[in-house]
Amino acid sequence: MRRRIPIIITFVVGTALILAMFIPHAPFSSLDENLSVYFDIIAVFAFILGGGNLLRVHLTKIQRKKRDWQYSFITITGFLFMLLIGFFKVGGPPGLRGDFLAEGSWFRFMFEAVFNPLQATMFSLLAFFVASAAYRAFRAKTKEATILLISAFIILVGRTPIGHYFTFWLPEQLEFLHIPTLANWIMGWPNTAGQRAIMIGIALGVIATSLRIILGIERPYLGAEK
Amino acid sequence: MLHMERACLRYGRATLFYVVVILVFSVGLLSTAAAQEEAFLRPLVAEQTPAPAGIPEVHDTPYDAGGSITVSWTLSPDDGGGKNHVSGYDILRSTSRDGVFETVSSVTMGVNQYVDTSTEDGIDYYYRIRALAGEFFSDSPPSMAVMSSQQWYNVERSNLLVIAAILSFFIVFYITRAKKGKKLFIRRIAGLEAVDEAVGRATEMGKSILYVPGIQDLDDVQTVAGITILGSLAKMIAKYDTKLDVPVSRSMVLAAARETVKQSYLSAGRPDAYNDDIVHYVTDEQFGYVAFLDGTMVRDKPAACFYLGSFFAESLILAETGNSIGAIQVAGTAQPAQLPFFVAACDYTLIGEELFAASAYLSKEPRALGSLKGADAGKVLASLAIGFGVLFETLRVLTGSPAIAKASDFIIRLFSLRF
Repeated sequence: MRRRIPIIITFVVGTALILAMFIPHAPFSSLDENLSVYFDIIAVFAFILGGGNLLRVHLTKIQRKKRDWQYSFITITGFLFMLLIGFFKVGGPPGLRGDFLAEGSWFRFMFEAVFNPLQATMFSLLAFFVASAAYRAFRAKTKEATILLISAFIILVGRTPIGHYFTFWLPEQLEFLHIPTLANWIMGWPNTAGQRAIMIGIALGVIATSLRIILGIERPYLGAEK
Repeated sequence: MLHMERACLRYGRATLFYVVVILVFSVGLLSTAAAQEEAFLRPLVAEQTPAPAGIPEVHDTPYDAGGSITVSWTLSPDDGGGKNHVSGYDILRSTSRDGVFETVSSVTMGVNQYVDTSTEDGIDYYYRIRALAGEFFSDSPPSMAVMSSQQWYNVERSNLLVIAAILSFFIVFYITRAKKGKKLFIRRIAGLEAVDEAVGRATEMGKSILYVPGIQDLDDVQTVAGITILGSLAKMIAKYDTKLDVPVSRSMVLAAARETVKQSYLSAGRPDAYNDDIVHYVTDEQFGYVAFLDGTMVRDKPAACFYLGSFFAESLILAETGNSIGAIQVAGTAQPAQLPFFVAACDYTLIGEELFAASAYLSKEPRALGSLKGADAGKVLASLAIGFGVLFETLRVLTGSPAIAKASDFIIRLFSLRF
């Protein structure tokens, strides 16, 4: 019974949500929205679970002086510091209704002066990783990699002003060989066709997975087992 | 003294007489001026007042959840023609034909339809359209009464219903066949065949396996697929007694993933090897999570990294870091924009649908495999529809035949989604 009830709930809710796609009448019309609210409510409580888990894992690490426990100390300090200055709105407007992100609050300062730059730093790593990944992917070792390299070169050059100057002298009959035209063709035809093929596959995969979950064949929310 | 008083009185009377005369004259002059001005302005006002829009046609917006009326009208002759000075229209609404009409919204010139989504079901409404030209305006006659209501079926989505029904039929059909013991052929997926290799390698090296189920919550089907695959993988890992590390970025994923891993360890007969810290929460913040994962990879150097779920900008950061430590990497996502990054930096990539097929493929559970065959049947149908669409559209261009054009339009309508 412990397993059957969640499966029945999943079946009923899944079926109702599918029906809601085709029935605009109440209560189906607002079903999706209402269930999203339920999800958010559950997520709020689950967040306490997440925060508790974070504390437990890192406090254990510190207590047992496991390898790199210093990082755990920084994590816990940062977590508790932000939690407390946000909770008590340190430096912000007093009272319950005041905004914890108000101008002058410590939380806002930490968010803008520490969190945002750190986040931007991580994101900026992408530029270097794109270069290194492109170097590996575009090495003309195989036939496919060579095609990839040529396509990438055409698109890179075709999307910059220099691409125009390389082939602007071509006569009108050979306009299709103009690099920006080739770049647009690659993006508009082979690329779009490939993306759409993937999207169709994904859509069918999503339908099959959803049906498996609704019918109780797959039940990751229960712990995967039959 | 008496003489002076009489003189003053006479003088006062004369003054009063003159004041009255001047006033009468002034009033006369003013009224003449007003009449002259009115006579002067009348043609000007008539000149500037736009011709009214046509009588509004109103109907309950079809196939909706109520609370909506669609109003359409013929444009004023002075909109795009005539004096061509109409700047827009006000949509006026009243609950009685002769009552006070209030403005509900405005649209610009050239627009002849408005969907009023602020109505209450079951109440009669009347509409007028006010054509505006600067300070001047003219109102159309009122519309017929109209009432909004909810509908029980969205006819416009019938095509979707038919497609969904056909696909569901095939999926259920193949599931039933698989349940009866019919052997189903599933093509080899290299990325999933590599799972054994990755786990074996980690076991031999005595290193851990890092599993990342994406950065989205449990309401994303990719995350669900990622957790389902984790279940099969964890069973294998439990048998090999390899260390598994599953940092997650959502609390609900934490709960689901922990339950899944626990169950897998139990069914592998290794409950002793399970501990709650295998799956642990890090942070909801995208790049905070990435920083943690990168740090873990660089410090712990896991032998294998799995990225299966929904990923965004962090995909390449993770995959390149994994590559730099020499880990065997298997990735899978249904985000088409992230697939090239995974393909470039990982050893194996599950492309789109393969992510959703992975759990069935790994579990070899007949019913799950049956659903894959059902999805394959859907692919055959999609290919046929694309083929016919291309054929009819080409023939339409070549021949211009109305019958072929009709067939082509039908196929386009069949696959057009209206939301």
